[in-house]
Amino acid sequence: MTDSVAETLAPDTWTVAGRTFTSRLIVGTGKYKDFAQNAAAVAASGAEIVTVAVRRVNVSDPKAPMLTDFIDPKKITYLPNTAGCFTADDAIRTLRLAREAGGWDLVKLEVLGEARTLYPDMRETLKATEILAKEGFAPMVYCVDDPIAAKQLEECGAVAVMPLGAPIGSGLGIQNKVTIRLIVEGAKVPVLVDAGVGTASEAAVAMELGCDGVLMNTAIAEARDPIRMARAMKLAVTAGRDAYLAGRMQIRRYADPSSPLAGLI
Amino acid sequence: MADELLLTVNGEPRRVAPGSSIADLVTGLGLDPAKVAVERNAEIAPRSTLADVILADGDVLEIVHFVGGG
Repeated sequence: MTDSVAETLAPDTWTVAGRTFTSRLIVGTGKYKDFAQNAAAVAASGAEIVTVAVRRVNVSDPKAPMLTDFIDPKKITYLPNTAGCFTADDAIRTLRLAREAGGWDLVKLEVLGEARTLYPDMRETLKATEILAKEGFAPMVYCVDDPIAAKQLEECGAVAVMPLGAPIGSGLGIQNKVTIRLIVEGAKVPVLVDAGVGTASEAAVAMELGCDGVLMNTAIAEARDPIRMARAMKLAVTAGRDAYLAGRMQIRRYADPSSPLAGLI
Repeated sequence: MADELLLTVNGEPRRVAPGSSIADLVTGLGLDPAKVAVERNAEIAPRSTLADVILADGDVLEIVHFVGGG
């Protein structure tokens, strides 16, 4: 086998907080019709990591089915998140409980600024990142697509920065390719687009910008056929990653013919 | 009735017998202590201590687990 063929076929893994993964697609577990559909979508997506929320147990119906019955935390890495938290204190409390419930220290931090846009509150997010890192957590942090904010998070101990492509659940796609690319160029930790991806091509765009991965929930859960969309996303992330590693052609202003000019009849 | 402790569990009032531990409360609710995490008065109650921590009148508890989320 030649060197270049071997290189193309070598597994393209990524590492976060010392943990190595093959799939570059992380999926959420919200908004599904039921746990069974959720589990089928996760399987179709090839995701090795799923985000989960920490919520009060329904004490009036303690025997209700649980997510862990359908998606095995021993086979898939659970990434507890702080969805619904609007202050650093709430986010920190939630993650401490998550760690107590399952021993996870690789976590997703999000601290929201307002309900309408679900945009991150960067001041609270930075504060929480620093405290969590000191307590031994490995926070992957949802943030704005601002290269300075991303650097600051890294300095505070974020093990991955996760800029939004567009507001959570909007499906508006990557709105600012320029800043996502700048974040990728400046980061020493993995960069994943988290939020706003709506369809397969948008996931591919994120990967072509050089991102290490993509995190999504609504794009799959709210597709007409979630299982099929999960598969599409798996292919899109792989395609985008291959295109990025292949090194795309240069853009030209005008045409450049593909067939030889000599020998025309 | 006067001897019972009045707690707040997940935002709702709940009465338990004096001398109950957190583990007693959790199993009394039909929950598996291995599948939940408990916070008592805003502090994590480590799972290994659930059977040893005795509840007091007025305690505020949060019992949580993982659900689907983005």
